[in-house]
Amino acid sequence: MTCLPTTAGSKKLGLVIDLDICVGCHACAVNCKEWNTSGHSAPLTDWNAYSDDAEEDGDEGAWGVWFNRIHTYEAGEGEDARTVHFPRSCLHCETPDCVTVCPTGASYKRAEDGIVLVNADLCIGCKLCSWACPYGAREYDKTEGVMKKCTLCVDKIYNENLEEQDRVPACVSTCPAGARHFGDLGDPDSDVSQLVAERQGYELMPEMGYKPVNRYLPPRPRRTKAEDFGAPERLADLAQRVPAGETTSDASGLLGWLDTMLSR
Amino acid sequence: MSINPFETVVETVDTSPPVSDETKFTTCYMCACRCGIKVHLRDGTIRYIEGNKNHPVNKGVLCAKGSAGIMQHYSPARLTKPMKRVGERGSGEFKEIEWDEALATAAEWLGDIRKSDPRKLAFFTGRDQSQSLTGWWASQFGTPNHAAHGGFCSVNMAAAGLYSIGGSFWEFGEPDWEHTKFFMMFGVAEDHDSNPIKMGLGHIKTRGAKFVSVNPVKTGYSAIADEWVGIRPGTDGLFILALVHELLRAGKVDLQYLVRYTNAPWLVIQDSGAADHGLFARDDEGRPLAFDKSSGKVVSALEADITPDLSGEHVLPDGRKAVPSFKLLAERYLDPSYAPDAVAAQTGLDAATIKRLAAEIAHAAFEQEITLDVPWTDWAGRRHEKMIGRPVAMHAMRGISAHSNGFHTCRALHVLQMLLGSIDCPGGFRYKPPFPRPAPPPLKPVGRAEQIKPGTPMAGPPLGFPMGPDDLLVDDAGNPARIDKAFSWDAPMAVHGMMHMVIHNAWAQDPYPIDTLFMYMANMSWNSTMNSKGTMEKLTDKDPETGEYRIPKIIYSDAYASEMVAYADLILPDTTYLERWDCISLLDRPICDADGAADSIRQPVVAPDRDVRPFQEVLIDLGVRLGLPGLTHEDGSAKYPGGYPDYIANHERAPGIGPLAGWRGADGTEGGKGAPNPDQLKRYVENECFWRHEFKPEERYYKHANKTYLETATKLGFIGAPNQIIMQLYVEPLQQFRLAAEGHGANQPPEKDRERIKRYFDPLPIWYQPFEESQVDTGSFPMHAITQRPAAMYHSWGGQNAWLRQLHGKNPLFMNRKQGEKLGIADGDWVYVTSHHGQIKVPVKLMEGVNPDTAWTWNAIGKRRGAWNLGKDAPEATKGFLLNHVISELLPARKDGYRYANADPVTGQAAWYDLRVRIEKAADDRPEAVSEPQFPVLKTAPTAERPKGPLQYKGRRGQ
Repeated sequence: MTCLPTTAGSKKLGLVIDLDICVGCHACAVNCKEWNTSGHSAPLTDWNAYSDDAEEDGDEGAWGVWFNRIHTYEAGEGEDARTVHFPRSCLHCETPDCVTVCPTGASYKRAEDGIVLVNADLCIGCKLCSWACPYGAREYDKTEGVMKKCTLCVDKIYNENLEEQDRVPACVSTCPAGARHFGDLGDPDSDVSQLVAERQGYELMPEMGYKPVNRYLPPRPRRTKAEDFGAPERLADLAQRVPAGETTSDASGLLGWLDTMLSR
Repeated sequence: MSINPFETVVETVDTSPPVSDETKFTTCYMCACRCGIKVHLRDGTIRYIEGNKNHPVNKGVLCAKGSAGIMQHYSPARLTKPMKRVGERGSGEFKEIEWDEALATAAEWLGDIRKSDPRKLAFFTGRDQSQSLTGWWASQFGTPNHAAHGGFCSVNMAAAGLYSIGGSFWEFGEPDWEHTKFFMMFGVAEDHDSNPIKMGLGHIKTRGAKFVSVNPVKTGYSAIADEWVGIRPGTDGLFILALVHELLRAGKVDLQYLVRYTNAPWLVIQDSGAADHGLFARDDEGRPLAFDKSSGKVVSALEADITPDLSGEHVLPDGRKAVPSFKLLAERYLDPSYAPDAVAAQTGLDAATIKRLAAEIAHAAFEQEITLDVPWTDWAGRRHEKMIGRPVAMHAMRGISAHSNGFHTCRALHVLQMLLGSIDCPGGFRYKPPFPRPAPPPLKPVGRAEQIKPGTPMAGPPLGFPMGPDDLLVDDAGNPARIDKAFSWDAPMAVHGMMHMVIHNAWAQDPYPIDTLFMYMANMSWNSTMNSKGTMEKLTDKDPETGEYRIPKIIYSDAYASEMVAYADLILPDTTYLERWDCISLLDRPICDADGAADSIRQPVVAPDRDVRPFQEVLIDLGVRLGLPGLTHEDGSAKYPGGYPDYIANHERAPGIGPLAGWRGADGTEGGKGAPNPDQLKRYVENECFWRHEFKPEERYYKHANKTYLETATKLGFIGAPNQIIMQLYVEPLQQFRLAAEGHGANQPPEKDRERIKRYFDPLPIWYQPFEESQVDTGSFPMHAITQRPAAMYHSWGGQNAWLRQLHGKNPLFMNRKQGEKLGIADGDWVYVTSHHGQIKVPVKLMEGVNPDTAWTWNAIGKRRGAWNLGKDAPEATKGFLLNHVISELLPARKDGYRYANADPVTGQAAWYDLRVRIEKAADDRPEAVSEPQFPVLKTAPTAERPKGPLQYKGRRGQ
């Protein structure tokens, strides 16, 4: 087993993901793949990439290692069912079992910022960590024989070869909808902590006790009634400008009202 | 020190590794969005592609497609060398040849045609971003038979917009993301402007504006809407006109706006039976007339300081009667047949919902008015202290355009926006320059037989904007002059051409036989055609008498081994988008935004490692070989010896106007117009490959009537003169066509078309049942079937991409769960989908968020076995499918046997979404079932090699 850092600081780097505006476009997942396939845990191996392997159970197409996957599903029934786009990656838990179950010390949590990483040199590919993680965040690279996972772009967020504003995880800088935020969730004054407070951001499955650092912002209530938008239910209530009668049921009524002087 | 085996061994993480040894900016081409990208290179290999933070389109973000550019660039489907066909057409048997031979062959074929009858070249380009070059080249060659893919894509939106407001939706306009309070989106899936729309939606939702999505399917954008309006396909027009009805009834229209900015007060001649009935009354100088209430006289409607009437009946100087166009409009839509209660059932919506949405729209527009403290000057020189905004914005795309009633539906949407006064005001729909242009732009199509001369360029472009029957490209008998029948009585306002009809017509030799079909980047034997199987047959059909192919020669250029490659006789392999120069020109489809004019370039980021050439380079080379005057000096030498980049920098379309607007003038100090600058491309590269001219705050709204803007636009070369651009509620050219159908004028439609023209050329928007629905037995074909594009895939291109195909490697037919249960269909079942044209067998996925009468699937995931250098059992081919197989390119035969194109009768827009089907559970639902139809495995043309074993890309040399 592997110990969690005993000297952990207060810094808890993580992501805040806004489920109200995520359109499920996969931009974050692909940009993550693109950065990380040449990054700290490179490569993010793909198999049957062009369907030229003889797959035993029929060709199901390409598959590979991804640190971030988007799931789209519907909750509820009928027209009111909510379509949810749910991006899923490592939550960089404060007390993750994926680290403590590791028999070699390969899986570890950084003391300085809380990022959970895998040291490929020590990993024996036993997959205990993937069994321990309830979020399904770990990805086994069968070719390399090691476990891989989201690094929070540890080789990007501190990278002095990049401009300062680019030092955020790839999934955050690329997100077209602006649904992903990065920062120190250990600092109550940070932008991300404030956003979580303001929008009642929540942690996934807190009952498991792993204290995930990442937060999800819930969808805002949908506004499908006129009053939700501050509008009257009936146009007639808005039609104060019609001088004669509440509405004009035929053309003569409206055209009569058109008698006002309008200058070009 | 002893080692404690339970203590964590700390890894030394290099948190600051070198990312790249070089970065280059260029423009993405993973879809039509044209985002700026920054490409990181390591050892000359692509390490990482990110969005360019400074770029006006994407401001640093990048979608899934753009981020997968590495895999597109290194795709094993890349063609490697020119080829000529050696087996039967369609067999995929090719011989690799040298470029000299390829170009000489093409030049010989084309040269023969040009010397005899240039019309025998049909040159059609697909997802071409260089249409200002390709269209001009066709014109230089002398053939009218040119268009890009607009006819099967967006022409309803373009035509309806340009004839109505001098601008359009799609990527040519945008909602005022900063100020709108009520945003309504019609039929928009992931498409053009995909990153700007995602950025905008995130922004307006965060600001608290209401977002309504009108779409039969609730995925993607619709999933995050405040309100999803799951309308029945093809009925949006009814819904929109019901909103118009409600607003008119309540008097909630912006009359001041209508009087100032639209033709609402223009007098329409009321003289039933006369040759000018329904046209605008005009004075001797051709100016439209209005009735001025102040003076009590009929005066020029273009005068600034008049008080026009909108409602009366007036007597013209010649004694005839005329009424303002607004009166006709109001009378029409106040009719109870447009009331929500009357249309609700057909649209599949509740009348109460329509009424409430009308109230919310009116509330946003009139009670939530926006005022910007920005003084501005109108076209007549009058200063206004503030900019008043009606913060209701609309956006619409393919769900509106891909129906046979799409032109009028899109017109209805523009009429709704005009009535609200929300076009180009704060909070409304905004033009992107170079729009607005006069509605429509003053450009006529060229291509009638008498305008074609062997060995001679045409006098103008093959595409333009007809103003009436005299501008059609037909002969004296009314027969089409173009191979696609665009600008004929079949589709008089086919302003983007009708690429979807080219193969059928060329095969049918109707209206005449052609010799060479030359195509670029268009997968016309597969996902970019209706009736894919029939199209393959037409491409390979031979004349039994001569044994020759009915389409004698086919030249095709593509970067990849698409399904179309096997059907060509000569292949000109293109580069990837990272290996080339390109210009994203203001003469074509620029990257402007509402606050600025912009254009951009692509530069080669890496050199090709195959014997391939950029298509535009090849086109210019061919032009020199053919001696096209625009590309050669009198002695036959090349005008642009430096090829495409030379052309980009030095070609002038009109004095001072070239492909790029930035850094013009010999010293590079002029923008818009100016002499060519030999260093222009260098300046673009220095500026991250784009140029942008930002408008001053006082120029940013009311562009159609804003003196300062109009003067700037004139200076930049967007419009000819700084005149007010008056929006057309009532579109007079439509009435011109209708009058011809009623028996007036020298150019009248053939009898077969007369009733059709009368009916569909209404100067005010109408709604009618989509053609397929009205012509087939809806009892036998009770469901609609449509497609939409996934966010992570662009047409068939994405399927070759090792990363993107993991996201969408197959496509089920999605159906409403309750509807499925009613039909005894469960998740994962296989079903037969049958239309009047054909049948397919496909897997099903049930879902909640879809209109009950609608089934849908992702567009262009399905592949033909063997294409794109994918393994023959790839799920794209076995579990994926195309809906195209059940869509006919022709409507069912009329009584007289004639079959019109499956298209909008006004614009010729392909009516993909008119499809009606029957869905039945297939008995055979074994796990090994494959989608049907299947076709013989395509023999793979020579391509780059598939990597052996696992793909382990690390962004370094040797990968």
